[in-house]
Amino acid sequence: MQLHRFHGGLKLADETDASTAEPVLVMGVPAKLTVPLGQHIGEATEACVQVGDHVTKGQRIGQSKGYIAAHVHAPTSGKVADIDLYPVPHPSGLNAPCVVIEPDGRDEWGDARMEPWLDWDTRDLRALRQRLRAGGIVGLGGAAFPTAVKLNPRAGQRIHTLIVNGAECEPYISADDMLLRTAPEAVFEGIRITARLLGVERVLFAVEDNMPEAMRALTETLPTELRDLIELVSVPSIYPTGGERQLIKVLTGQEVPSGGLPADLGMVCHNPGTFKAICDTVIQGRPLLSRIVTVTGPGVKHPRNVEALLGTPFADVIEAAGGYAEGVDRLVMGGPMMGFAVHDDSIPVIKATNCLLATRPQDTPSPGPVMPCIRCAECAAVCPAQLLPQQLYWQAKAKDFDAIQDYGLFDCIECGCCAYVCPSNIPLVQYYRYAKNEIWAREKERQKSDIARERYEFRQERIEREEREKAERLAKKKAAVKNKENDGDKQAAIQAALERAQKKKAARAEGSEKNSEKGTGSETNGEETSTTNDTRDGDDR
Amino acid sequence: MRFRTQSSPHVIPAHSVGGVMQQVLMALVPGTLAMTWFFGWGVLVNVLLGVLFAVAFEAAMVAARKRPVMATLADNSAIVTGWLFALAIPPLAPFWVTLIGIAFAIIVAKHLYGGLGYNPFNPAMVGYVVVLVSFPREMALWPAATTLPESPLTLLQSLQTVLTGSLPGAQEWDAVTRATPLDAMREGLVSGRTVGEITASPLFGTFTETGWEWVGNFFLLGGLYLLFRRIIHWHIPVAVILGVAIPAGFFWLLDPDSFASPAFHVFSGAVIIGAFFIATDPVSASTTPLGRILYGAGIGVLIFVIRTWGGYPDAVAFAVLLMNMVAPTLDHLTRPRVFGRSRGGPPPGDGHA
Ligand code: SF4
Ligand code: SF4
Repeated sequence: MQLHRFHGGLKLADETDASTAEPVLVMGVPAKLTVPLGQHIGEATEACVQVGDHVTKGQRIGQSKGYIAAHVHAPTSGKVADIDLYPVPHPSGLNAPCVVIEPDGRDEWGDARMEPWLDWDTRDLRALRQRLRAGGIVGLGGAAFPTAVKLNPRAGQRIHTLIVNGAECEPYISADDMLLRTAPEAVFEGIRITARLLGVERVLFAVEDNMPEAMRALTETLPTELRDLIELVSVPSIYPTGGERQLIKVLTGQEVPSGGLPADLGMVCHNPGTFKAICDTVIQGRPLLSRIVTVTGPGVKHPRNVEALLGTPFADVIEAAGGYAEGVDRLVMGGPMMGFAVHDDSIPVIKATNCLLATRPQDTPSPGPVMPCIRCAECAAVCPAQLLPQQLYWQAKAKDFDAIQDYGLFDCIECGCCAYVCPSNIPLVQYYRYAKNEIWAREKERQKSDIARERYEFRQERIEREEREKAERLAKKKAAVKNKENDGDKQAAIQAALERAQKKKAARAEGSEKNSEKGTGSETNGEETSTTNDTRDGDDR
Repeated sequence: MRFRTQSSPHVIPAHSVGGVMQQVLMALVPGTLAMTWFFGWGVLVNVLLGVLFAVAFEAAMVAARKRPVMATLADNSAIVTGWLFALAIPPLAPFWVTLIGIAFAIIVAKHLYGGLGYNPFNPAMVGYVVVLVSFPREMALWPAATTLPESPLTLLQSLQTVLTGSLPGAQEWDAVTRATPLDAMREGLVSGRTVGEITASPLFGTFTETGWEWVGNFFLLGGLYLLFRRIIHWHIPVAVILGVAIPAGFFWLLDPDSFASPAFHVFSGAVIIGAFFIATDPVSASTTPLGRILYGAGIGVLIFVIRTWGGYPDAVAFAVLLMNMVAPTLDHLTRPRVFGRSRGGPPPGDGHA
């Protein structure tokens, strides 16, 4: 298969040897689980249990309300001890709503358990999608985008290619590697289900060339009947090949349009872990309750991969990897390039926790002081989005938000390549996040003021319209009156003629004068009525 | 357990400004030694003085601007400026030439514009041009290219000359100095001799005067090292050299008697050091790949034009400063195509919504 190259990127040392030496350790149930309600990108999920409730394994405890959202389930059976704000893994370090479960140790599935669907092949597609939604599955590569949404293409959008993103490009992370080595069958089942859901013609399964064992496991277990559908591709390990857009470029040479989605090219991209979760949910009726976490770095004694229940405190996970090494001072969730440092290890594993990386000062010495940009353009040379990071930096500093968007701020995938090579130690990505947040905030403000303006304009328009209508009505009435007056003139003329005639008559016969007076009187009354009406209309406004 | 938090990436930083500059300094060493070998101890004396003055002015300016002095000095950029300036001036130029040039470079060209990263012009070249136009006599005192053992001055005598501004003993400047190859070529052509007659002089080697051409070779070595270490990219040096060589070659083919060969142009004067060490100064150069090619080519062509028809035989500094002015525009005009957009395509409509 002809592979392509994306601009820039970094060749980073592969640090996964330590964590792949031993098989995945399935961790037990911890003493307490703190399950955050918001574990995905998108709209909030609300607790649907109450403090004191007994919950069973797999029971829904967080109900998603919106479309881009995912349910949350109890990872084991036990008592809901608390529903409150707790520290969660988030770069902001803010607390977020969590359901705290005290396990009862029985790890029981209750009545709410979904029945296994061995016959998923014959099920209706809508039912399949609903099942995925019920399973609370999100992308397990770290971005945590609700999977059901991605598997429901817009009307008229045909998806012909499914891409399996097995390119774990960050150094240190080996969760997908280990999954592919140990459970390739489940991944293939998940692919089969997804391929059916989307009706794709081909599946490109990308694995990095530094994962030979995973590749071997896949080649050996690829079912014969899938050989025509699934193509296994070894891609060079250049960071960030695991970025959706970069991987699509490498595999197909096509670029996802700026501001668009892979679906615009007829492609959908998922992480192997997500396919395993799809398989578990659809075939076994097991919602997303746990995930594989790589626990690694020079800051842990025995780096390895563990399968941890969602809600397990980081500290327990570290313990499972032999505990901290001497002098550890930094704990990162995610990889060294895109992960963020957490301040506390009591926070829980969530659906997006693909890696815990512990380091000591000597492994990641604090960079020197931030120096002025020397315009060396090293950042531009490595930027996979082909941006000019230093220009973005100047524009962010100058708060020139129009220019920064024009220069492609929203094409930045925050891969950190630029910050990595910057000799001046400028935390470039932080500036971009700041600018993005600022623009979003302004956008919201603008929308608010737009609504206010629209309301004002609408009101203004209504007033004008009514004014106009009033004026028209007035004009009409005036015209009517004039017509009537004209009519009156005519009638007066007629009347006069009549009167003359009557006078002539009267000359002949007496008592005709009374009638003519009556007629004129009725005319006057009519005019008065119409004036009154107009005045009332005016009061109305 | 609680941890310090820090922003990503959580890896050992790949480079530091100080480290980059250190590589540049290392790459300057072979050329500097070659220059010392051919032009005498004065070269080393000047480099030492240049670096000393540059660091002193830098420290004073940084302190005056209430910035962290040590952290700023650690970027090594002042040393590079001082060193490059010292290589540009004649090896026996009196110390005050260095002092004035460096003062201008560091104080005016660098710090009055906001310090490292904010200076639109290459500070060393600004300093050089200032002394070049102010002190034409001192700036013409280039010794003949001999070799160190044959050099008329010892290290101590060189030091003395630089500090006092006059040669030791009763030596006359005329006995020590000589026209540079560029000057020789220029004067020769003006006085009606052909290029062939001028280069027939025994001092000429393959391309230009032997000393000059060897110095060029050693700077080239350093430049290639920088390329190899990816401290600089190929665009600017290649464009500068081709920018000189192509028009020079064209005119040379047209009339080889009145125009020097492209090789003469490339290896005389400061083209090599200019192409690899001066034009590549990131702060004042263009930053996009295409912009850098145009920027380098502009410098090259200007060097040839100024040398051939302009007032100064060695035009590298003028060419660099002129192109410094154009660099921001070049950057703007040569923005690369953003991934997923057509060239010059609009920003995503509501990609962020
Ligand atoms: S890498 Fe850093 S110093 Fe170099 S241009 Fe980019 S932001 Fe400036
Ligand atoms: S973080 Fe953004 S600007 Fe920096 S290299 Fe990555 S995509 Fe480019």
